[in-house]
Amino acid sequence: MTFSPQLEERFAKMLQAYPEGKKRSAVVPMLIYAQDETGAVTPELIEEVAKRCEVTPLQVDEVVGYYSMLHRKPQGKFHVQVCTSISCMLVGGTELYDQACKKLGVGHKQTTADGVFSLEEVECMGACSWAPCVEVNYDYHHNVSPEKFDALIDGLRKAQ
Amino acid sequence: MAKVLYNEPSPLETLVISRNFRKEGSETLDGYLANDGYKAFLKAKEMTPEAIIEEVKTSALRGRGGAGFPTGLKWSFVPRTSPKPKYIVINADESEPGTCKDRLLMEYDPHQLIEGIIIAGLAMDAHKGYLYIRGEYRFIIEHMNRAIEEAYKRGYLGKNICGTGFDFDLYTHSGAGAYECGEETALLDSLEGKRGIPRMKPPFPAVAGAWACPTLLNNVETFATIPAIIRDGGAAYAALGVPKSGGTRLLCISGHVNKPGVYEVPLGYPMMKAINDIAGGMRGGRKLKAVVPGGSSCPILRADECDVPMDYDSIAKIGSMMGSGGMVVLDETTDMVKFALRIMRFYAHESCGWCIPCREGTTWLRKILQRFDDGGGRKDDVRVLGEVSKNMLGRTFCALGDAAAMPTISIVEKFSEDFDKRLAMQGSGLVTING
Repeated sequence: MTFSPQLEERFAKMLQAYPEGKKRSAVVPMLIYAQDETGAVTPELIEEVAKRCEVTPLQVDEVVGYYSMLHRKPQGKFHVQVCTSISCMLVGGTELYDQACKKLGVGHKQTTADGVFSLEEVECMGACSWAPCVEVNYDYHHNVSPEKFDALIDGLRKAQ
Repeated sequence: MAKVLYNEPSPLETLVISRNFRKEGSETLDGYLANDGYKAFLKAKEMTPEAIIEEVKTSALRGRGGAGFPTGLKWSFVPRTSPKPKYIVINADESEPGTCKDRLLMEYDPHQLIEGIIIAGLAMDAHKGYLYIRGEYRFIIEHMNRAIEEAYKRGYLGKNICGTGFDFDLYTHSGAGAYECGEETALLDSLEGKRGIPRMKPPFPAVAGAWACPTLLNNVETFATIPAIIRDGGAAYAALGVPKSGGTRLLCISGHVNKPGVYEVPLGYPMMKAINDIAGGMRGGRKLKAVVPGGSSCPILRADECDVPMDYDSIAKIGSMMGSGGMVVLDETTDMVKFALRIMRFYAHESCGWCIPCREGTTWLRKILQRFDDGGGRKDDVRVLGEVSKNMLGRTFCALGDAAAMPTISIVEKFSEDFDKRLAMQGSGLVTING
């Protein structure tokens, strides 16, 4: 498997970052960066990461289920993560999540039929003082009102 | 055009670690140099490692990640003369519900953090550092990578830093979504490429941490404070706070206030003043019901307990913790059954499953609270919730079990009337039972 030149450069640097003989340390970051390009943690990706980090495929496989951002099935082009943890919940996060379910017509960890959006109710994302918070892929949106949320989704739908 | 911050600053703040936040270009190396940047490192280079650690001890700085352990003492535990390599690990896994400060320190003043890290490297005789950032903060990982690259280019990282002969390499390391990895030993397992599961202590990371080598592990805010301590002196820093709780810290105020935000205050700052004067008081003029003083793991405080100075010992005296600085303010409309349930959903989701009391305890507490919230509450539930929680306390490798139990115990003890009210509603037929 090969990745984009930028990612290959990142991986080359990454494998140099850890002490001699400790390439296993690169497993989790390598998986998450690679997943951005492959769309999911596939069996081929597990083999590839194992080879590069000099561990067994099983040692890679066993971390995949542990980390909530790693996923074996592709998500939507826009992965919409709505926080409903305490600070967001107090200022409308739960309602925002319900609104997202209705607006997108899908539920927790589901993807729209056209593959454009997937939805996830997530735990605290570290935006508590600017709640409620929504993260789309890696973009944070703070102080998200119901109107702001609708506009965000409509904008993404048009942009894709 | 003035710089747009996440929230308006307050004139009541005491600016030490956030003093550059408002300045244009604060995230660049030139911006940092224009504000005494890297001078503390040059000063530290002239000091002995013992003197650096002594200065940190004098500052009465306590760990800003949550546990509040005296930083200078932690530094003194690392065997700096060990023949093994020593590592600096920076905890930027910021995941405690209510906490959103470390990201600002990285976003607005990355070089302050880098300077704190290399000073720690000097003191520990360490030459490599790993900045473990939660995966959701990808934009901050890229931002830190840019700052690190800039520091390398200009000789503030890498070989022979500023001509001092000291070498230090710093790398970012992305997490991938796991609250547990904020626990220091689980973080180290995660850094080593494994599932983030806590380790038996001792040995503590100071002696056997990353790759079984001596490791200094602190929170981002703790490291970001070091330049100010070295620059202005430990005593000056300590004097900003109260005895045994030196200096200032970033307070993340969220919830039912008019001006939620991250504000820097001295330790010992009155909690009610923070709510009313800094955060603009309660939203809609409603009454205060409760405060979570330092992230969701902390026992909750009733409104009548909140007339308290915010320092580690004063909050401990009333049975809670300063924690991570995540202060969540709840008004009288908050339903404590729902609040307790939401907290427990979090811990049940985040429990790594390694220790049975935590894995099973959080799951059962979540189920009971869910049934209660769904209208299937039983008279005995409050007692059971308290009892299950108490049986989790102190019976797990790491503090996640305690972190789930403590808020639950405090909520059922201090707000039993909210549970009673629900039971009464059930009895009156106002809700349907589907639990």
